[in-house]
Amino acid sequence: MYVLIVGAGKVGWNLARELLHRGHEVTVVESDRGRYATVEEELGHSVQSGDGSELWVLERAGIERADMVVAVTGDDEDNILISQVGREKYGVERIIARCNNPRNFQHFELLGVKPVVSATDLILRLIEHEVPKYGPLHLLDLHQERLEIIELDVDEGSAAAGARVEDVGLPDGALVISILREGMGFVPTGESVINAGDEVLLVLDPGLEESVTGYFTSAAGTRAA
Amino acid sequence: MFVVIVGCGRVGSTVAKSMLSDGHDVSVIDEDPEAIALLEKGQDRSWEELGGSFTVGTALEIDALLEAGIERADAFVVSTDGDNTNLVIAQVAQRRFEVPQVVVRVLDPARAKWYREQGLATICPTQTAIELLEEAVRGGAGDRREAA
Repeated sequence: MYVLIVGAGKVGWNLARELLHRGHEVTVVESDRGRYATVEEELGHSVQSGDGSELWVLERAGIERADMVVAVTGDDEDNILISQVGREKYGVERIIARCNNPRNFQHFELLGVKPVVSATDLILRLIEHEVPKYGPLHLLDLHQERLEIIELDVDEGSAAAGARVEDVGLPDGALVISILREGMGFVPTGESVINAGDEVLLVLDPGLEESVTGYFTSAAGTRAA
Repeated sequence: MFVVIVGCGRVGSTVAKSMLSDGHDVSVIDEDPEAIALLEKGQDRSWEELGGSFTVGTALEIDALLEAGIERADAFVVSTDGDNTNLVIAQVAQRRFEVPQVVVRVLDPARAKWYREQGLATICPTQTAIELLEEAVRGGAGDRREAA
């Protein structure tokens, strides 16, 4: 696979090295001369100097035959533009873009750039995961498919605690897809019993999160924290 | 007409002043609060006293665009010093806020050309300079060797 990476910062450089180790053909484009020189010492001819939002620089780097373009500069507008011309002008089928500021995510989405990776957003999700009682953890939002996957802790005294999955009375459009107990997970049937202390994964139609959360939290428990 | 202008440099500020003196409503956005000085240069009153408005913010901030009134803009002029910023924000104005007239300055002729083909009204000062310079040379004094 030929991968064109724009931006030889920490992300771009390490990604290039890993992909090269896996036997892929890689070109990294970096606009900063000093940074280029540093990376070139290790990666040699796999790195090119130039502004990756200039079309001729992308063409020189072989964007027309790239199987994948990874736009990971520190500027969101540059990443959006590179992704947009990569897909729409040069017909690259696989694009991955980095979103530095989560507030700019809406612009990536509006202009059809996806998938988008945001380190800030990933760390935020991990924080939500690590801090108990923060609320349901969004594991995955499938915007296009209009589905959400969330993770919830099952509280003592909640409607779900001690009940069989089929007896919890979840609304249509909500499905328990996994129960995590003592470090192990399993896919439940309707007859599986949910215990207090379990974590459950659910797939939901959009908008059901709030009503579904109520089945797994006890009115007394959650607010105290 | 209500015109929102992003980028208050030499170009943006001059367009803003002439639109305002033509009697249009004008709202300017720039990330530098000092940039308002360009709007007030040579004027005896402040930009706001003259009837203009000014919002401090970067072009990708939706809040700044909303505060500047993008939702009711008839025309949107993008002229910051970053081509990519300009191209992204112009598309946001066109697709998300459906501003009827969006004009965007792009210094790089290649990007200006491709985005124009995609339906964006791009203005490329570099291309204009190239054409004017070439024309001036061609229409000039001619070849000294021929004269001799």
